[in-house]
Amino acid sequence: MKPLRNPEREVLHFRERLVSASIVVAVGFLVLCLRFVWLQVVRHGEFLARAEQNRIALVPVTANRGLIKDRNGIIIAKNYSAYTLEIEPAKVDDLDGTIDALSSVVDISPRERRRFHKTLDDYKHLDSVPIRTRLSDEEVARFAAQRFRFPGVELRARLFRQYPLGETASHLLGYIGRISTKDEERIDTFANPDNYNGTDYIGKIGVESSYEEQLHGTTGFEQVEITAGGRPMRTLSRTATLPGNNLILSVDIKLQEIVERAFGDRRGALIAIEPATGDVLAFVSKPTFDPNLFVEGIDPANWDALNGSIDKPLLNRALRGTYPIGSTYKPFLALAALELGKRRPDSTMFDPGFYSYGGHLFREGGPKGGHGSVDLRKSIVVSSDVYYYALANDLGVDAIHDFMRPLGFGEITGIDMEGELAGVLPSTEWNERRFHQKWYGGETISIGIGQGKNAFTLLQLAHATATLANNGVLMKPHLVKAIEDAMSGKRQATVTTESGRVALRPENIAFVRSAMVGVTAEPSGTAYAAFVGSPYSTAGKTGTAQVVGIGQNEKYDERRVEERHRDHSLFIAFAPAEPGVQPRIALALLVENGGWGALAAAPIARQVMDYYLLGKEPATTGRPATPAERAPAPSLRAAAAAPSAVGN
Amino acid sequence: MNTSTGSALRLRSFASSLDPALLATLGALSLIGLITLYSAASDHPGNFGGQLRNFLVAGAVMLICASLSPRVLTRMAVPVYVVGLLALLAVLAVGVSVKGAQRWLDIGVTRVQPAEIMKLGVPLMLAWYFDRRAGALRSIDFLFAFLLVLVPVGLIARQPDLGTALLVLAAGFFVIFFAGLPWRWLLGLVAGCLAALPVVWSLLHDYQRSRILTLLDPMSDPLGKGFHTLQSMIAIGSGGVYGKGWMQGTQTHLEFIPERTTDFIFAVYSEEFGLVGNLVLIVLFFVLVARALTIAGNAATPFSRLLAASIAMILFTYAFVNMAMVSGVLPVVGVPLPLISYGGTALVTIGMACGMLMTIQRHRKLVQS
Repeated sequence: MKPLRNPEREVLHFRERLVSASIVVAVGFLVLCLRFVWLQVVRHGEFLARAEQNRIALVPVTANRGLIKDRNGIIIAKNYSAYTLEIEPAKVDDLDGTIDALSSVVDISPRERRRFHKTLDDYKHLDSVPIRTRLSDEEVARFAAQRFRFPGVELRARLFRQYPLGETASHLLGYIGRISTKDEERIDTFANPDNYNGTDYIGKIGVESSYEEQLHGTTGFEQVEITAGGRPMRTLSRTATLPGNNLILSVDIKLQEIVERAFGDRRGALIAIEPATGDVLAFVSKPTFDPNLFVEGIDPANWDALNGSIDKPLLNRALRGTYPIGSTYKPFLALAALELGKRRPDSTMFDPGFYSYGGHLFREGGPKGGHGSVDLRKSIVVSSDVYYYALANDLGVDAIHDFMRPLGFGEITGIDMEGELAGVLPSTEWNERRFHQKWYGGETISIGIGQGKNAFTLLQLAHATATLANNGVLMKPHLVKAIEDAMSGKRQATVTTESGRVALRPENIAFVRSAMVGVTAEPSGTAYAAFVGSPYSTAGKTGTAQVVGIGQNEKYDERRVEERHRDHSLFIAFAPAEPGVQPRIALALLVENGGWGALAAAPIARQVMDYYLLGKEPATTGRPATPAERAPAPSLRAAAAAPSAVGN
Repeated sequence: MNTSTGSALRLRSFASSLDPALLATLGALSLIGLITLYSAASDHPGNFGGQLRNFLVAGAVMLICASLSPRVLTRMAVPVYVVGLLALLAVLAVGVSVKGAQRWLDIGVTRVQPAEIMKLGVPLMLAWYFDRRAGALRSIDFLFAFLLVLVPVGLIARQPDLGTALLVLAAGFFVIFFAGLPWRWLLGLVAGCLAALPVVWSLLHDYQRSRILTLLDPMSDPLGKGFHTLQSMIAIGSGGVYGKGWMQGTQTHLEFIPERTTDFIFAVYSEEFGLVGNLVLIVLFFVLVARALTIAGNAATPFSRLLAASIAMILFTYAFVNMAMVSGVLPVVGVPLPLISYGGTALVTIGMACGMLMTIQRHRKLVQS
């Protein structure tokens, strides 16, 4: 190859190369143009959809939970807005280290730390677990300033459920808590499970649970534009939430407070019902607990204290405690005797203090030597056991069963709260089914004084008492009187009509009612001391239910029996009970291991009646006030001046 | 008085000697770049001001280069190349690592990327070499030219910076091509490259392989390796014919587009201005490249024409590779879009290149042969 300096030829060569290069450039840009047409025209729709799908997220917006108010409008469950500090466990490697660092910014107590770990263990599916709730403004500001130090820790403004009255009415209200796996199964049975998208809390027990779907409201949705990192930028559209309905309880919360105070430290239950409507005026189970502890997940220390307590504060005694009801059964047995023609009002027998059946002696807890000559009325007033031993024997267990069943004994009342127990109303058939055993006649004798295999809830007893006061017209007991639309304030009553009638002759009802008035009004009545000086008439009946069996010839001696083995003290009553007057309140109550019905239970009933009928509040000492301590109405002065303690 | 009038006159004649077509095209592209950056960097408003400053610096550099005569450029070629080569060696020895790649050299005042010098240093050097050998070219000259290219390319690839290495390789190759590399060599080269592909594959870093694999099927890993390409394709495609409008791109403003002010800014532009905007941009780049090729065709010396032609093809390569990468035609390599992407270094390099084009045009052959 002989290189020659030939500039002209080189330039020509170069121009050829320039043409080649131009072709490459043109082809390259043409390829790009075709690519753009492909992406932006042919596949435009597909990519546009993907871009939209990228940017828009549907975010559920939880509705405000309905309020719970008492029958007079006092708010007993509400919502408040507060800041909470939450940790997203998936985004945090060292949980304890993060919490340590956090505690230099906001206060975190060891209790809150334990609660955090418990919640984490209990609800493994949670994205975000609260470590501190209800931050002060100062704490919020402090954390916000140092937020960068804590990836995976979020400050959230949330609505919290609060029960401003604390321990009052806790068994009735129940509480809400975080949705568990079990709750999710329950939600699936609801009419619209999708309504729970975005919901973290659900009613666990009490009316918070039984009216869950009313309280919850309708979840709204927001279309939110989000960034690639998931950060919300702006709201595009909004489907409004519908706040949950408010519950108007039939309960008078002041009455409830008075009852709970009257119980003091004692265990027991009381249900008060308005006979004409079935409104539950008070629904007490003692001891109570603070439902606020449960809302954010209870800490282990409090949980152990409540769950491990021998007093069983978490047991709803009114709904789930089944007891022998002792002598409070007698008015109903007397009614049965009259209705079934086994006794007439003037049927008299001699009560020597014991009853002999099949070679066994059945003793009674009355004065030595018995009550002497006893007719049907006196049997109620002085509470003669012997009279009812004989009566039960004459009626037989199956007749008693058939009479009592329509009154609701041994049946759930259908109250608007979950978990009600039916108890036991024994019959020979039931006995055979349950124990594969013959019913012995001797067992019927105990039934006569509300012992033996009887086991009823206080709710049943209160319901039966209210039915008696309502002349046999059954009204289903209900805790929620009406459901209130949170927007319009319109109320819809829950129970408007009677659920049935027990056919009872008016003269028989009047007779039993009059005898029950004797219990509180006559000096020989077992509850005379508790009701002395009341300006209204009360129909009542005391009861004392054995907790442990007493040997046949043994005498029960309160001093010798351990506190937990002492008898339960019961009382049923309704008032006002003047002839022809519609009673406004009926109640049943039990003081566990309270001993004599007349001593522990009846005075509490007196406080209930005094408050409900007269508006009179007891002294705040917790024990029943004596007539002298009270400021009686002027009309009562004469009666109050002569107190006397008589009988049982 | 006299001297100042004289310098004013000289300045005016210098200004009128600048190529108006080139200036207009550069101005239009710069305007598009700033408008797009304003939208892409709306969450970092400082970037816009920074880029304005970069444009001023690059413009000044361009005018300085335009004012130098091609003869000065010829004299600068060897020193620039040698300094660049030494700097590349220094990077390997004492360079600063950023994001796993050792590309920067700390020279006290600031950090520089020596590889950037080579983007123009290699074409300058080769143009100088072929100019010296003009009229007496032998095969050995082409081999030596390849050596001059491959040494810096190898050093840059070791950093590792595959994108820049390929661009420098391309720049050098263009000079060799325009210098008259025989076609059969070219064919042999292509065949050799194809044969070497498996070897190259085994030498690639994992992230480089995954970029290539992702390109073949971006949907195979939409949240991982394919995310960048997929999201920029969604941005371009959803822009449609007319685009979503300036500042209205959802992919852009919701941060779905990665590197949206730098390498992927074309996705922002494309989402907001659509196919129409893209065609305008392509036309402008085409005019720029065509103008540069024309300048090369009219250049007075072998050095000038080789330099101008390779600059033309460098500009084309940048624009093409970037747009092809963002629209999913080529794998993701770190190539900015000239005059549009945010970043001072690239802009200054472009300014230098265009200044060189201008001085070559100013000293063109006055008589067509």
